[in-house]
Amino acid sequence: MKAVVTVMPKPAILDPAGVAAGRAMEHLGLKGVRSVRIGKSIEIEVDGADEKQLHEICHDLLSNPVVEDYKLEILS
Amino acid sequence: MKVAVIQFPGSNCDTDCQAALASFSGVTAEIVWHKENSLAGYDAIVLPGGFSYGDYLRCGSIARFSPIMGAVRNAASTGVLVLGICNGFQILCEAGLLPGTLMRNRDLLFRCETLHLRVANNDSPFTSVLHQGQVLEIPIAHGEGSYFADAATLKALNDNNQVLVRYCDASGNVSAAANPNGSLENIAGICSHGRNVFGLMPHPERVCEPILGGTDGRGIFQSMIDWMATHKSNN
Repeated sequence: MKAVVTVMPKPAILDPAGVAAGRAMEHLGLKGVRSVRIGKSIEIEVDGADEKQLHEICHDLLSNPVVEDYKLEILS
Repeated sequence: MKVAVIQFPGSNCDTDCQAALASFSGVTAEIVWHKENSLAGYDAIVLPGGFSYGDYLRCGSIARFSPIMGAVRNAASTGVLVLGICNGFQILCEAGLLPGTLMRNRDLLFRCETLHLRVANNDSPFTSVLHQGQVLEIPIAHGEGSYFADAATLKALNDNNQVLVRYCDASGNVSAAANPNGSLENIAGICSHGRNVFGLMPHPERVCEPILGGTDGRGIFQSMIDWMATHKSNN
C-alpha cells in the first residue's frame, strides 16, 4: 500500500515560518500574498496495513492534534 | 531518596540534571536508558533537556513512544513526581501527561539566554519552598518553546492554578516584552491536574551552583526533595 499523509497547522494557529516565507515571496516580487502555511508531506509504503491503522498512526504520531490537522490519501 | 533521570537518544542535559540532584544531600540520581521498562524503586523521575531523536517529526513526538514512557505514565498515575525540563516538557506534552503543546518560537530563533521567571503558584510539589511572586533567574535554550493550548484548556489551567512559572522582567512584571518565545500568557511551566507532573522550558539544573552563575534553580529541586521526604513512595 502507498499512502501520502499531509500534515498542516490548524487554520487558527499562527504559522510564523509561513509568515516569514510569505514575506520573502513579496520581497521577490510576488504581489498580493494573502497567506502562506507550511506543513509536511509524508510518503508511506507499507505491506498489509489497513486504513484504520494508518489513521491511528496519523493521529498519534504523525500529527499533533492540538495544533495540526492531517489528511490521509491512499494512492494504491 | 532515589531519582531516575531518563536518557533518550539525543538527551544532552541528563548528566547536568544528575549532578544538580546529587548536590543535595541524601539524593541519589541514576541515569536510566529509555529502553528500560521499569521505574520501580524511584521516588521521582526527571525527563531532561536535549534533542531526543534529533527532534525529528516534532520535538518529543518519537520519544513519547520509548519503552520507558509506559513506566513514566504508570508512575505519574500513582503520584510519583515527574519533572520534564525543556525537551522533557515537550515529551510530557506529546505523551498527554501535560495538556497543550510547545510550538516553534514566535520569532523562529533559537533563544539561549538567562531570563526571569515569576513563581505564579507555589502550591505544588515543585515550587513549595519558593514564594508566590518570587522572581528567579534561570536560563532558557530552545527553538520550540512557545506554549499553546486551546481556550478551554488554558482556562482550566488558570482555574486550577496549574501555571507554576511565567516569563517576566527583572521586576517580576509578566509583560509581552518579557516573553521570549510567544508562549500564551507568558507560560514557562505548567503542572498536571494532580500537580505531580511538572514541565518547564527553562533549565533549573543549570543554575544550581554559584560557579555556574547562580543558584536560583535549587528551589525547584529542594521543593521536590521536601515533598518526597514527607510523601515517601510505596515503590
